[in-house]
Amino acid sequence: MIEGMVIAGIATGANDGYIYVRAEYPKAVARLTLAIEQATELGLLGDNILGTNFSFKMHINRGAGAFVCGEGSALTASIEGKRGMPRTKPPRTVEHGLFDKPTVLNNVETYANVSTIINKGSEWFKKIGTENSTGTKTFALTGNIQNAGLIEVPMGTTLREVIFDIGGGVRDGGEFKAVQIGGPSGGCLTEEHFDLPLDFDSLSKVGAIIGSGGLVVMDQKTCMVEVARFFMDFTQKESCGKCVPCREGTKRMLEILNRIVDGKGEDGDIELLKELGEAISKTALCGLGKTAAGPVLSTIKYFENEYKAHIYDKKCPAGACQKLKTITIDPELCKGCSKCARNCPVNAIKGEIKKPFVIDQKLCIKCGACLSNCPFKAIKEM
Amino acid sequence: MTAFDYTVLDRAIEQFGNKESSLIAILQYAQEHYRYLPKEVFPYLSKKLGISEARIYGVATFYENFSLEQKGKYVIKVCDGTACHVRHSVPILEALRKELGLSEEKKTTDDLMFTVETVACLGACSSAPAITLNNEIYPTMTPEKAVALVKSLKENA
Ligand code: SF4
Ligand code: FES
Repeated sequence: MIEGMVIAGIATGANDGYIYVRAEYPKAVARLTLAIEQATELGLLGDNILGTNFSFKMHINRGAGAFVCGEGSALTASIEGKRGMPRTKPPRTVEHGLFDKPTVLNNVETYANVSTIINKGSEWFKKIGTENSTGTKTFALTGNIQNAGLIEVPMGTTLREVIFDIGGGVRDGGEFKAVQIGGPSGGCLTEEHFDLPLDFDSLSKVGAIIGSGGLVVMDQKTCMVEVARFFMDFTQKESCGKCVPCREGTKRMLEILNRIVDGKGEDGDIELLKELGEAISKTALCGLGKTAAGPVLSTIKYFENEYKAHIYDKKCPAGACQKLKTITIDPELCKGCSKCARNCPVNAIKGEIKKPFVIDQKLCIKCGACLSNCPFKAIKEM
Repeated sequence: MTAFDYTVLDRAIEQFGNKESSLIAILQYAQEHYRYLPKEVFPYLSKKLGISEARIYGVATFYENFSLEQKGKYVIKVCDGTACHVRHSVPILEALRKELGLSEEKKTTDDLMFTVETVACLGACSSAPAITLNNEIYPTMTPEKAVALVKSLKENA
C-alpha cells in the first residue's frame, strides 16, 4: 500500500500522502506507523527516495468517530482539522482537494493493488475476476456465520461459494435468511441471490453495492425490520446535518421504524417509508444521505411480509422484537407465590396466593421483569 | 483545585505542529491525557493556534470520540456495529446499564468509576460481540460475562 501511494505520488507529482484510519482500530494504526517508520529507515520514503530527486512523506490521521468522513470532501475537511462535512461538487477532489490542491483520493485496497499490477502487468490482473470487475476483492464476512473473518476472492465469486464454501454456512445450525452487503448504505441479498456473482454490475442490477465490502450474514432469528431500524438509527446519528433531506428525512424514517418494531405501526407506513426513502436518495447532497434509505428499501423489497406482520398483526415473525412478544404464565408451573406480581412495574399481573397468576395482556408492557424473577420458570415469552 | 496542567497541550502542539490541521490530533492527545476535554483546553488552544474558540468547540462536538464530560475510571465500550448487533450486543449493553444504573443519557456513574458507551465496530467483528474495557478488547461477550467483569472491578476497587 505504501508503495502504491508512492507510485501515485510519482504519477501525479505529489509529495505528501495521508492515510485516514479509524481511531477505533488501534492495531491498524500501530502497524501503519511501524511500516512507515521502517520504509523511511530504508530510504523508501522521505527525502530523495533511493537517491532520486523524488521525495514523498506519509502522514497518518486518526479519525475521531464520524462515519461521514468516508466521503471525499468530508475526509479532506477532517484532515485539514475542520468538521468533516461534505461540500457540493464540482469542484471535485481531483481539482480542488486537500488544502485546496488537486488531490488523488483512493481506498486503501486500491493502493494495495498498484504495485502488484505494475509488477505483473495489467493483462495478468485482468485475467482475475470478470470483464468489468477485474481483480480480487476483500470482504469482511461476519454475523451468524461459522467462519468469520476477512477474505479475498476473485471478483465474480458467487454468494454461495462465499457463504458456504468459505464461510462454512450459518453458525450454530441456524437457517440462512439474508446477507447485508456493503455496510449501512448497502442492501440485503437473499437465498434467490445465492448464484449471483459478486461484482459491480451484477450487484447494481439487484440494487445492492459492494460498498465497504462488509458481508453480514443473518439467520432466521434476525428480524429484518429491526435490522433496517438499526441501520437507520446509525445513519441518522451519523448524518452531518448539512442538508435537509438527510438530516430530517432519516429522523422521520427512524421514527416510523421505531414505531413499527414497538408494535405501533400504522396502515400506510410502508408506503411512507418508500416515499421518504426515494426522496432522500434523490435529493441528499452526499453519498451518506443518498444511500441512507438503502437497507430500508431493500428489506421492504425482499421482506415486505415481515413489515406487514409487524404493522397489521403486531407480530414479529423472527421472534426478535421485544415489544411484540407475548408473555404468559404457565398455570401448570406457577405455584402462586406472587413474586412476579410484586415485580411488575405496571401491575399487570393479578392472582391469588397459591393459585396460578395471570398476566393482563392489555396492561403488559413486555418489560420482562417477571420473567427473570420467577423462581419456578413458569413465565414464558413467545 | 490544583492548577490546570497546560503542559500536556504544549507537548501536543510541539508534537503535531502549531497549525490548524493539527487540531484533531491535538484534541485526541489532550483527551488521552485528561480522559475528556476540560473547558480550559478551548481558550488556551484558541490563543496558541490562532483559531476561534467556537471553531474548536465545533470540531470537538462534531466528532463522536470527543467528550466534554468527565469519564469514569473504567470506560466500557459496547460494540454495536452490525456484526456485533446481529450477534446480540444489545442485551450486553442493557445488562451493563442495569448493573451500573446507567442509561443512554446517563453514561457515567456518579462516583466516576464507570462509563458505558457504544461504538460502531472495534475491528474485532470475527469475535463478535465484542466490548472494550479501557481500550482492551474482550471478545465473544455475553451479558453474564460482562456483568461479572464489572462486579470483579467493583470488588477490586
Ligand atoms: S447527505 Fe447527510 S451526511 Fe451528506 S451532506 Fe447531507 S446531511 Fe451531511
Ligand atoms: S461490529 Fe463489533 S467489532 Fe466490528
